[in-house]
Amino acid sequence: MLTGVERRRGIAFGMASLLGIVLFIGLALGALLSWDAGTSGERLFTAYTWRILRFTLWQATLSTVLSVGLAIPVALALARRPNFLGRIWIIRLMAVPMGLPVLIGALGLIGIWGRQGMLNGLLLKLGLDQPVSIYGLSGILLAHVFFNLPLAARLMLAALERLPAEYWFLSSSLGMKSLSIFRFIEWSAIRGVIPGIAGLIFMLCATSFTLVLVLGGGPAATTLEVAIYQALRFDFEPPRAIALSFLQIGVTALILIAISLFPAPEDSSADVGRAVRRFDGKTPTARLWDCLAILLATAFLILPLASIILSGLKADLWNLVTSPIFLRAALTSLTIAFTAGLLAVTAALAIITARNAIADMKLPGAPAKSLSTLLGGMSSLVLLVPPVVLGTGWFLLLQPFGDVARFAPALVAAINMLMALPFVVRVLAPAMQLHHKRTGRLTASLGISGWAKLWRIDRPALTKPLLVGLSFAMALSLGDLGAVALFGSADLTTLPWLVYSRLSSYRTNDADGLALILGVICLILTMIGTAGYRKANDRG
Amino acid sequence: MIVVEEEGGIVLDKVELRLGSNNFRFDCRLPAGVIIAVTGPSGSGKSTFLNLVAGFETPDAGQVRIAGENVTERHPSERPVSIIFQDNNLFGHLDLFTNVGLGINPSLKLGATDRQTISDALQRVGLGDYERRMPGMLSGGERQRAAFARTLVRQKPVLLMDEPFAALDPGLRLSMANLLLELHQEAGNTILIVTHDPDELRRLADHAIFIDNGKILLEAPIEEFLTRTDVQALSDFLTA
Repeated sequence: MLTGVERRRGIAFGMASLLGIVLFIGLALGALLSWDAGTSGERLFTAYTWRILRFTLWQATLSTVLSVGLAIPVALALARRPNFLGRIWIIRLMAVPMGLPVLIGALGLIGIWGRQGMLNGLLLKLGLDQPVSIYGLSGILLAHVFFNLPLAARLMLAALERLPAEYWFLSSSLGMKSLSIFRFIEWSAIRGVIPGIAGLIFMLCATSFTLVLVLGGGPAATTLEVAIYQALRFDFEPPRAIALSFLQIGVTALILIAISLFPAPEDSSADVGRAVRRFDGKTPTARLWDCLAILLATAFLILPLASIILSGLKADLWNLVTSPIFLRAALTSLTIAFTAGLLAVTAALAIITARNAIADMKLPGAPAKSLSTLLGGMSSLVLLVPPVVLGTGWFLLLQPFGDVARFAPALVAAINMLMALPFVVRVLAPAMQLHHKRTGRLTASLGISGWAKLWRIDRPALTKPLLVGLSFAMALSLGDLGAVALFGSADLTTLPWLVYSRLSSYRTNDADGLALILGVICLILTMIGTAGYRKANDRG
Repeated sequence: MIVVEEEGGIVLDKVELRLGSNNFRFDCRLPAGVIIAVTGPSGSGKSTFLNLVAGFETPDAGQVRIAGENVTERHPSERPVSIIFQDNNLFGHLDLFTNVGLGINPSLKLGATDRQTISDALQRVGLGDYERRMPGMLSGGERQRAAFARTLVRQKPVLLMDEPFAALDPGLRLSMANLLLELHQEAGNTILIVTHDPDELRRLADHAIFIDNGKILLEAPIEEFLTRTDVQALSDFLTA
């Protein structure tokens, strides 16, 4: 029920943002392609790139198998124990790693599993002097499991809790034992969501940058993303970076295609924590097993988080916060995050408005339809070209124009905006569709349009979802090390970059303090974001 | 006074149960081999009554006896009952044969005779050609027939039904009720059926109880039940 003007304006708005994004990504890719094109082709499959590709895929495979495999008993146990003490808090705890900046999580893991960490201290006391190493493949796997096991467990739990309540009554009445219940009920629920979850986690692990940078890094444990970064930052070998970038794009494209074949996992958080009655698992063995699974998973998650808090508090927080370098980094970070957030929300608004405008057409023609599809597929396009690759492209593109550092803040903001865009769209789209459905006919019949509609009708309803999207995008940008890694310097220091450089110069005490501050800011912003996302989903 | 306990019947002997802020007190001796309707306003405790018989709830005090046996502390699978709910009686990802088969053996260890029994049961409810169909491909009525087939192979003397036809349209309800009557006459089992539908009550039941506010207000043979006018809540219910 839009007027012709509104429809045209909406579509134009969407096309403009589409054009902007395509240009930003396209120019970066063009720069990669045109730079030294002759030699990059040969460099695509050298022994070196081959090794890195193999390691990237190998660690992603192992991380996925471990995360998903270990999440199964945790999800089953949580589903079977609806009255477990503090269950809802354990489920909420599982959402924390998702909102935590990866770098901060890595610090917490080092605090527990690192050379001076709690575990090795304990082993030493027990007389074992074989320390557990968090660096290299084992550390990467550990960190990937830390971030992805809770994600997998939550998604599987949601699938189990979606099962009809009657199933548990029936299975009990039919006398099905734990094994039969697993075989005939639980497994089939979990099996349905595993491909989607595994695809998502594989994607996250194959494009993992920060964790590999901090915990891997050596030639034996480098992924494509980190290798691109090293090729540019340390060796300044653009051709190698370009070759690796194309490999990376190829890999992500393949993964995205594979993922699109499976249904996306749903986290119907509204249902999580719903009262379900279960009659099985009353034997002592089952109780013990479930408690063990839940407690181990909880400890695995909570210890690194506690370590962040405890070692953060040990730092001289006041001095840290008032130091000029912190203040400058905080200002830079906030400016970049706010710019990125604003851009992401604007682009998301444009995309959704255009799609709604096209959906509003009675008979959208082929061009309109394909524009809508293109706008919808935008998020995949963004995922296809990872931040480091975008950064590399723009780095090469801007080099002739002088010091790249001058453009760096804008570039980082733009890259962060692209990273946040898919999430912001997912937050905003349901809220806007609902708003349109509720008010569209009425405003049309009353003839309210233009600024009056924007101010009187849209502003009151959409302010909150917009702020939620903004906080989500800002949290993502504030905690991100990937985009800034290429450009970080004394001139461009964001908070994560500051944490990272303190960590590299072994000033871990400062790093811990900064990590705590950054972690808390990001978690608060994410919490605002996810709370709004949930509400938007409930209503939608 | 001599209390004659009907052999094979369901007895709730001064059963008390507290769920949250709701108190239930049931005391009744129900006849065996007949269809007993369980009626009452929503939220009055009909499902709780069924859950106590099925074993999904254990009383705080009192005894549940079925066919003269004390089953108060028994697990649902060890009670001589089968259950049919309004919906989701079949596991959605398993075909009809498997769903019925789970009624014979919960680990699905089936011999040749078992397989024949399953096929016969599906045949009996008119789903002979649907053994390998998934529940999602069937209509609501067909799914309830399949649930009937499972109770056939289980051969339990008591069948509990919680508004089994409430989700079906009126025409279908009638034919399902006829099928239920036929199966009941063949098996001679005791059926407890929760219903909201006064027509269904008249069509099916031999006996009825009326539950209100966690208590049984009236328990009587159907002719008496339908003509009683002294219970206001029941009159409201019957004329609704």
